[in-house]
Amino acid sequence: MEHTPTDHIKYGPLKAALRQILPPGGLLEDQEALRPYECDGLMAKRELPLWVALPDAVDQIQQIMRLCHRYHLPVVARGAGTSLSGGAMPIANGLLLSLVKLNRIIEVDGPNRVARVEPGVRNAVITEAVANQGLYYAPDPSSQIACTIGGNVAENAGGLHCLKYGLTIHNVLKVKVITIEGEMLTIGSDSLDAPGYDLLALMMGSEGMLGIVVEVTVRLLPQPETARLLLAAFDSVEVAGDAVAAIIAKGLIPGGLEMMDRLAISAAEEFVHAGYPVDAEAILLCELDGTRDEVEAQVAETEALLLERGATAVRVAADEKERQLFWSGRKSAFPAVGRISPDYYCMDGTIPRRHLGEVLGQINALSRQYDLRVANVFHAGDGNLHPLILYDANKQGELERAEELGGKILEVCVEVGGTITGEHGVGVEKLDQMCVQFTPLELDQFRKVKSAFDPEWLLNPGKVIPENHRCAELGGMHVHRGQTRHPEIERF
Amino acid sequence: MTETRGIQEQVREALSSETPVSIVGGNTKSFLQHSPVGDKLEMKSCQGLVDYEPSELVITVRGGTLLMEVEEILNNAGQMLPFEPPRFGPGSTIGGVVASGFSGPRRPFTGAIRDFVLGVGLVNGRGEALHFGGRVIKNVAGYDLSRLMAGAMGTLGVLTEISLKVVPRPEVERSLRFEFELGEAITRVNQWLGYPYPISATAWEEGVLTLRLSGSSQGVEAATRKLGGAVAEDLEGYWSSLRDLTHPFFSGSDPLWRFSLPPATPPLKAPEAPSLVDWGGAQRWVRGRYPSSMMILAAEEARGWVTLVRGGEGPPEGSVLPDRMITLHRRVKEAFDPQGILNPGRLPLVLG
Repeated sequence: MEHTPTDHIKYGPLKAALRQILPPGGLLEDQEALRPYECDGLMAKRELPLWVALPDAVDQIQQIMRLCHRYHLPVVARGAGTSLSGGAMPIANGLLLSLVKLNRIIEVDGPNRVARVEPGVRNAVITEAVANQGLYYAPDPSSQIACTIGGNVAENAGGLHCLKYGLTIHNVLKVKVITIEGEMLTIGSDSLDAPGYDLLALMMGSEGMLGIVVEVTVRLLPQPETARLLLAAFDSVEVAGDAVAAIIAKGLIPGGLEMMDRLAISAAEEFVHAGYPVDAEAILLCELDGTRDEVEAQVAETEALLLERGATAVRVAADEKERQLFWSGRKSAFPAVGRISPDYYCMDGTIPRRHLGEVLGQINALSRQYDLRVANVFHAGDGNLHPLILYDANKQGELERAEELGGKILEVCVEVGGTITGEHGVGVEKLDQMCVQFTPLELDQFRKVKSAFDPEWLLNPGKVIPENHRCAELGGMHVHRGQTRHPEIERF
Repeated sequence: MTETRGIQEQVREALSSETPVSIVGGNTKSFLQHSPVGDKLEMKSCQGLVDYEPSELVITVRGGTLLMEVEEILNNAGQMLPFEPPRFGPGSTIGGVVASGFSGPRRPFTGAIRDFVLGVGLVNGRGEALHFGGRVIKNVAGYDLSRLMAGAMGTLGVLTEISLKVVPRPEVERSLRFEFELGEAITRVNQWLGYPYPISATAWEEGVLTLRLSGSSQGVEAATRKLGGAVAEDLEGYWSSLRDLTHPFFSGSDPLWRFSLPPATPPLKAPEAPSLVDWGGAQRWVRGRYPSSMMILAAEEARGWVTLVRGGEGPPEGSVLPDRMITLHRRVKEAFDPQGILNPGRLPLVLG
């Protein structure tokens, strides 16, 4: 990190002031110390920050923000750094603000079924802390052992059970936020609603660009009495997709509903030996939860339905151990794919489920065109698709090809009326695709909302909202919400 | 979409003539406000089903579509709006439902309106036609401006199109009644809510707690056995009256106060007026003439807030947000409607 002489005039006093605020060792400066923070889960995009700050109290964060505001220093907030879209990638001349030391569970309120936690608390730890009261925190992203609740708020994280139990937004009552000006705002309330605009909804998924979350009040749900898992094999992805539609149309909302294609199945089976049928074109994992009697009935109903709709085989997990085993294959899908390929690039788009067959067909075609294999893992219940593009970064041009292929896949998602990101966020990864999904006026509306919170754009600048000229340079490839080109022409 | 263009033109005209607009759906929530301001922007012609796929659990309708119509379409497919919106009149539109943000008895158990907003088409205060969100449940592209519209009372944009997540109708519904004083009712309900009972509504008044169970027949059976109480038949009308504020408790001209509190909050000492408590304790209605300062303090001490819904004579009364939040609200409002022409005066305690 090279500073010009004039930087010392600006940065000298700023650094001294930060050192004063932070606990000993709370400001990292040496390149070696900064390296671990240079990227998040999107490892292809790296940038060293100016410094890394590790506060351990909320008032330190307030002081830091006031300082950054005064010195016009950009700030990137970071939880565990598990973001897959570069949301926590540092800015070169900015501060990386780590929230990991704020990791206390402040209070668990059993009768009201809420918990107040600091942003650095890991997702899985919340559930662990309340399990003895028969409660749990529902949104369970696959990274839940590592990811923090603050990060979950920034991305509006989902997880395997979000069809039935919702996303982060459905499970948070209140957040305390430090603005770029260093003011503390309470957004939401301890009751079920708050006066005024739903700024809580606005904070969810705002990717660290509107404020620094320093406290989260989460909703706790009663643990279901029991959960049973069905594993169904199919000869085709389309038939599997139709079976999912049939389950939902019947009025059943499974706790979890996941699909994997052939390549994902074989990778997972090699890794974890969960007992997946490696000759199937697709498998469905369908979890039903509730009281014992109702789950019994639903298992029977669903098994019959799956077979009726073309499943070649259906297995019901015999006990809790087998249920965990069946899930382990799906939960390790990404690292499993990492074993069969030097590198992989995980995409994240959502599509209306009825277009699954068509989209996978297009992905297959693109895969052949770009000569890169793609394994598909699909949150079948809510249409969120994770194509995993396999490549080798050591081979010239493969990374770029993989990124291009990924971008094309996201455009397909938008073409069929879906979205470029279901849960991983836009970060830096999908800036180009934001130009595809949104019109210039819509992007401008985002900018104006951002400016309402952060007029000088110091919080996580360069993320989520592409600049005007970027979209113009991309040549107006705007495909909006499944509508064809020339949306101004009326269709009857 | 000619209706959208028509709405855009009206907004642009309002901008150039510097006259505000008052967005009108079915005009069924006029009881909330003393007097509308500006020219009427009628949503009547902005009606119709755009897309509905039951197996996707998503419905998309034009903003002026009648609530009644939406509910009928969903009912025919065995589905429903999860937040049980009030029907204040036959002209209620889905746009008005979303903009006003009122949910019914089912709200704490399934979710609020904004939990189910997946996407909107809107015309903002600059006359621009924009779409945010979409028709899918998992969507984090950009800020969640579509959910922001829920409860915004039309002050950020005219809702021309709305996509909502829907849920299947429960297989069975059954109500149970218990005799409890309020304190015990609150404690019991919140204990029960710590178990996965299929509770979908609760209401307490005058020593009686009524509970609604909704779900699979096995789940409702099992819960009935465990909870006890007396099975009460034919209570659909009762729940509707709570939903629509037509229950006798809401009649008359006495001021109607609404407390929004953490559900397990013990009974308030002041005011001592008879109350109707629903949402598992989180929504508490009180009738009577009280100084708003007293009500606001009571709400604050209970970590909640209060608003005078109806029956006041002067300016709006209720809990106010801290100045910093009001400033932020004004900035957000400006981001959508810099000239302040959309529904002025609809959020008096927040925007002033």
